[in-house]
Amino acid sequence: MMTDLMDTAREIVRQWAFVLAVSPILPGIVAKTKAWFAGRRGPPLLQPYRDIFKLFRKGAVYSRTTTWLFRAGPVVSFSAALAATLIIPLGGMESPLTFQGDLILFAYLWGLSRFFTMTAALDTGSAFEGMGASREAAFSCLAEPALLLGLLALAREAGSFSMSDVLSVGLIRIWSIHAPALCLVTAAFLVVFLTENSRIPVDDPNTHLELTMIHEVMVLDHGGPDLALIEYGSAVKFFALGALLVRIVCPIRSGGFWEGGAALVIGLAALSVLVGVIESTMARLRLSRIPQLLALSFVLSGFGVILTLAAGS
Amino acid sequence: MTLFLLCLGLWALGGLAGLAGNRRMPAVSSAAAVAGAALGLVAAAKVLVTGGGAVYRAGWQMPGAEIHLALDPLSAIFLIPILLLSALASVYSVGYLNGRENRQIGQVIFFFHLLAISMCVVVAAKNAVLFLLAWEVMALSSFFLVMLDSRETGVRRAGWMYLVATHLGTAFIVLLFAWMGSAAGSFDFDRWQGISRTWPHLASAWFILALIGFGAKAGFWPLHVWLPEAHPAAPSHVSAVMSGVMIKTGIYGLIRIVTVIGPPPAWWGLTLLLIGLTSGVLGVLFALAQHDIKRLLAYHSVENIGIIAIGLGGGLLGMSYGMETAAVFGWAGAILHVINHALFKGLLFMGAGSVLHATGTRDIEKLGGLLKKMPLTGTTFLIGAAAISGLPPLNGFVSEFLIYVCFFKLALGSAAGGAAAAAAIAGLALIGGLASACFVKVFGVVFLGEPRGPTGAHATPFSMATPMAALAAACVLIGVFPAAACRGWATAVLLSAGVVSDAGAESLLTLAGTLQWANLCIGALVALMILIAIVRRWMLAGRPAGQTVTWDCGYAAPTPRMQYTAGSFVQPFMDLFQAILQPQEHRRPPAGYFPKEASYESHTGDLATRRVFGPLFGWIQGAAEKLQWVQQGRVQTYLLYVFVTLAAILSFQAFR
Repeated sequence: MMTDLMDTAREIVRQWAFVLAVSPILPGIVAKTKAWFAGRRGPPLLQPYRDIFKLFRKGAVYSRTTTWLFRAGPVVSFSAALAATLIIPLGGMESPLTFQGDLILFAYLWGLSRFFTMTAALDTGSAFEGMGASREAAFSCLAEPALLLGLLALAREAGSFSMSDVLSVGLIRIWSIHAPALCLVTAAFLVVFLTENSRIPVDDPNTHLELTMIHEVMVLDHGGPDLALIEYGSAVKFFALGALLVRIVCPIRSGGFWEGGAALVIGLAALSVLVGVIESTMARLRLSRIPQLLALSFVLSGFGVILTLAAGS
Repeated sequence: MTLFLLCLGLWALGGLAGLAGNRRMPAVSSAAAVAGAALGLVAAAKVLVTGGGAVYRAGWQMPGAEIHLALDPLSAIFLIPILLLSALASVYSVGYLNGRENRQIGQVIFFFHLLAISMCVVVAAKNAVLFLLAWEVMALSSFFLVMLDSRETGVRRAGWMYLVATHLGTAFIVLLFAWMGSAAGSFDFDRWQGISRTWPHLASAWFILALIGFGAKAGFWPLHVWLPEAHPAAPSHVSAVMSGVMIKTGIYGLIRIVTVIGPPPAWWGLTLLLIGLTSGVLGVLFALAQHDIKRLLAYHSVENIGIIAIGLGGGLLGMSYGMETAAVFGWAGAILHVINHALFKGLLFMGAGSVLHATGTRDIEKLGGLLKKMPLTGTTFLIGAAAISGLPPLNGFVSEFLIYVCFFKLALGSAAGGAAAAAAIAGLALIGGLASACFVKVFGVVFLGEPRGPTGAHATPFSMATPMAALAAACVLIGVFPAAACRGWATAVLLSAGVVSDAGAESLLTLAGTLQWANLCIGALVALMILIAIVRRWMLAGRPAGQTVTWDCGYAAPTPRMQYTAGSFVQPFMDLFQAILQPQEHRRPPAGYFPKEASYESHTGDLATRRVFGPLFGWIQGAAEKLQWVQQGRVQTYLLYVFVTLAAILSFQAFR
């Protein structure tokens, strides 16, 4: 029992180290892709590491309106994102923590992170941040059912509802039988992925036009190590949700942690390029259209479930 | 059983002591309440640990009735939140009522203790007549508590609505008990066990009667209409108990009848699931639209009763499909949610009461920045808010997690359950997202930012702070140690409800194992949060941390009135769900080149009140007016009516 626990602890630390080391490069790839489309040279690939490092070394300025919650927000959202990575299997067959039902925890950890980001935003008493929090709340409560229904469809196909089983056991076989359902779920997850990571067409991570912002406007008042935690946390979130998507689309698995991890990173890099392409070729949707897009992803997940129901009877 | 009777006795003494009208009596009464609750909790814990029951029987002259009290695990698991929350609310009331007239305080204490005793008797009664008597005492004592400020029109209206709603429900229960009693030939619950074997075709009719009768008390949509009226009108500690535990007696009654009747067919589970989804989604949607904090919390009770019904529905589906593991998860989740909801909703109502006590308003649009003035109330309210939103690492997540697992198991095990499970999972996710949006709104607007009006606020008195701290601690403990929190009771309660037949069943092991794993993950999350918080503090140590105004995109002179309000926060939701919420808006937009005044108001009335009950009662009134000629206003005539009716009944009996 003791050695089991030690093994698990070692796996957890290895997983966290891997995620923390790799995740900041992904926003770098996105930025590079966008720069290439715009005909610019763009910041170096490793710029996000430098930004985070720089922010971590700074002091901070706090609004007199804020309370301890404003300081707790980034800590909770970063911890929740990092905890969620424990449920995703990186390279090997199993993630460090896996049990029947872990994918529910996976979905709810993002809820936890969001709750505290939104309260921290309201803590400043700024109308802009309130606006961002309100929009985030409205859009995420539509994205969440899409995510859970999609996971249900995958769980039905895999015959298990632990994330490791869903993403490891026989996804190749499932692709050969249930390809239509998987395509629908993948499309739904792409929308969820873009929403959760505040990307175009739902949100624009680059704009500083207050009226159009969602996520960026909620963190306007944060600075120093707090902002570093937020930036790092969103990179980790990009990694975790991206890994889910990548492992569904490329179900090739290898036995080892490092080979699998390397394959995953290549997949994530490709996903980052895709995000860059989407951001360069699409405009942000009007706010009133976003719920329609999210409803679409919900419906896609729902159809995915229905297909698996029809096939599984 | 002696302990339980002693507990009731202490509560009764405390209630009578309150009537003495002495200044020190509230403290004495609540001391009696706490001592009584402690004894009762020991009695309940003993039943859960041993799995056995304790019985007290005594004769009674009433026909068909017997004083038959027994604690089995199902009674005990409901008794625990009832006693815990009532005792804490009693402590809270010492500070909360301070400043009112002695006569009023005495009234509140007396009826509050009566309410607590009647709830205990309701869950322990094993005789239908005794049950109904306690049920009625519970309804009336809570009615008098709601009517405390009966000089206000709103309160009178609320009390009236509550009285009508609860008695309509009771009418169905009387019918149900009379029918089952005459079928079984006894009014003793023990004699009803497995009654559907002798009367298979009646079981479903009884189920529907129970669903309506107990659903009116529990607050199933659309029978919930009294909740958003009565909870804001009552004193806050009474709202806490009414919303936290009194409405759960409806759930208890439903569970008791369902387990007594016998094995459930699938459509019972589907019906409960449908009711749960409707109550959950509509409850939280209407909560979002409210700006009165206690009214908002009342709508959240509808939502949480919905979640409990979803869990029970899943449990019944699991039983009828023969999937024991799914059933175990559904039942355990529903029952744990009963306890959890008592904890966090009690906490939230007490927090709302402290805010009301300190500022004198329930309108959240007038509040703001209270976390600084009331740190303890604010912090505990935040814990309650995160818990009710179902977020890890708090207790709300654990029970919702179990219910989710139930439906995942149903979906994986059978195609028939798959569609229902998909609806339940999507519904639960939507409810969770909306609930967390709603509580971000409440907490953010009331406790964060700057005060929106000139309301003063004082710190919370000690007697009000202690119960809130205790409830918050319970929410955290159950959330961080879910496996330990469920170990004690799950087996005993599921055995006594007939969900499993064997204490060593594999399904129970699966439940324990899953909880253990969830515990490990949540532990990792908590450890990580503490670690990151320490790292952050260490990094900031010795660095300059300046203080300034909120940046506000460069605007340096923001005023509190420029903050986002609750109304603006929910605007996207109001747009999205306009068809359901149907808000009434009054706008006066700015006009002219130099606009002076502008205003905007929106109200969201209850859908069921406006569309269902309003027209229905209007019609009934119209019909009743046609019968007005019967009402002569002379006592002699009414005596004649009584005589004629009696004669008719007797002659009917004679001719039969």
